[in-house]
Order: sequence, then C-alpha cells, then structure tokens
Amino acid sequence: MKIPILRLGRILLASIQEDLTDTEAMQFQSDLVNEVAEIEALGVAVDITALDVVDSYMARVINDTASMVRLLGAEVVICGVQPFVAMTLIEMGRDLIGADCTFNLDQGLEQLKTRIASRGDIRFAGDEDE
Amino acid sequence: MNEPAPAERIAIRSHNDIVTARHAAREHSARLGFGRAYQTRLATAVSELTRNVIQYAGEGSCLIEEHADEDGCSIRVSVEDHGPGIPDLALALADGFSTSGGLGAGLPGTRRLVDHFQISSEPGLTRVVISIRKAR
Ligand SMILES: Nc1ncnc2c1ncn2[C@@H]1O[C@H](COP(=O)(O)OP(=O)(O)O)[C@@H](O)[C@H]1O
Ligand SMILES: [Mg+2]
Repeated sequence: MKIPILRLGRILLASIQEDLTDTEAMQFQSDLVNEVAEIEALGVAVDITALDVVDSYMARVINDTASMVRLLGAEVVICGVQPFVAMTLIEMGRDLIGADCTFNLDQGLEQLKTRIASRGDIRFAGDEDE
Repeated sequence: MNEPAPAERIAIRSHNDIVTARHAAREHSARLGFGRAYQTRLATAVSELTRNVIQYAGEGSCLIEEHADEDGCSIRVSVEDHGPGIPDLALALADGFSTSGGLGAGLPGTRRLVDHFQISSEPGLTRVVISIRKAR
C-alpha cells in the first residue's frame, strides 16, 4: 500500500490510513523525504489518526522522518496521535516521540503556517501559485 | 469476519505476520471485554515481541490464549523462537540497550505494559510469556 502525499502549495500532507508493515513504514519515510526535497517544501503534516498501534519501531520511524524533514529545512507536525497510543507510548518509555504534535490536521496546518511565517517566510504556503 | 478461537497460534515468518499478530491480540482482548487501553497495550507488546523474533531469530511463533473463570479473565501470549538466544537477559531488559541500533525500548517497554511478564532464553529457545488480567 502506498501512502498518498498531497501537495498544497509548498506544504505536504500525508495521511496514514491503515496499519503499516515495517517495510511500508520505511517506504513512506523515503517517499516523503524525497518529495520534501523535490518541491523544497516549507512544511509537512503527517496525520496518524488511523494508527491504533505505535510501537517503538514505528515511533522511531516517525521521529527519524521528522528529523530528516527538519534537516532539509522544512517544518513538521505529527497530527492525531490517539489517546491510547499516547498512553501506551509514555508507559513504554518517555520520549519515544519527540516531534511536535497537534490534535488534528486542521491544527497541524495552522501551526505550520505560524511557524513558517515566524521563520520569515511570509507567503502562506497554501495560497501560492503552482 | 470469523470469530477468533479462544486460542490461536500465528506463525511469525515475515513483517506481515507482525501486523497479523498485533491485530489478533487486539481482537482477542476486545472479545474478552478489555477496554481500549488494554487492547492497545497488548497489541503494542505483541508487536514488539514478534518484531524481535523476525529481527533476531528469523522466525518463530505467537500463541494467544483466552482464559475466563468466575474471578475474571485474562489473555496470555507466548512468543517463542529457536534463534541464537539472549546472552544477558538483565542487559536486554534495560532501557535503551540494543544490539541492532534500535531504541532498546521493546523488552523493557513490553514489561511495563502488561500485568505479567516472564522471559527465558538459551541458544535455540527464547520464550516470552505475557498476560493481561481483568477482574469481573
Ligand atoms: N528473540 C530474541 N532473540 C535474540 N535476541 C533478542 C531477542 N529479543 C531481543 N533480543 C536482544 O535484546 C535486545 C533488546 O531488545 P528490545 O528491547 O526489543 O530493543 P531493540 O529491538 O530496539 O534492540 C536486542 O537488541 C537483542 O539483542
Ligand atoms: Mg525490539
């Protein structure tokens, strides 16, 4: 299964819709990082609302992906961590997820917008012409 | 979808089987009436243990058993493999210890997620038995 990555100006939106195998998770990581580089994205939002299990492997993929995206120069937010997933991750060990999170995609986009603006890039990425 | 049987053995041979096993753990715990917090804990623990099987032993098995009596009910999951074994269990159970460059959170994390955790390992047989329990 390939996770669709949507483009909104220079913002990328990826919504993980179902449980991923380890291989699919790695594929997603490289697809997303490549896409960020290709369009020189300003921000990336990854929606994981549909993930009802995030174990230490998946936590690591999420963290690594976020770090890679930041290294390339884009802002990143993880959206929609389920409450039971959050509880489980904390019980397993603190700091398994270090990326910035928001409740949902809407808030994620707001936060990206604010952060991109505060970096001095005043274009709202979504309004930009292709 | 078929009702899962009270006991189910899942062969762990590929990454797909990790997904199958964690789904099965969730279904069994939901069926016994465990809440979503417990379902998520058990599914996550099973995901960690079965991944270790793939990663460190190549293949193995995962047995999920439901138990119910007048006092309550429980689910027991036994994950085993015939791989090289874990030379130092205390070390493997320490937070952050990994021989594969991983987070080293799998075994210690699993131990914190479940009500009962038992591990034994020697070359050729590693077995982890976990269970969650609910009073009536
Ligand atoms: N089934 C197994 N067979 C052999 N070694 C194992 C097994 N499970 C875990 N280990 C060892 O214990 C270490 C810790 O495992 P774990 O806590 O899951 O962290 P990680 O998988 O991130 O390394 C592993 O790095 C590995 O050396
Ligand atoms: Mg592990």
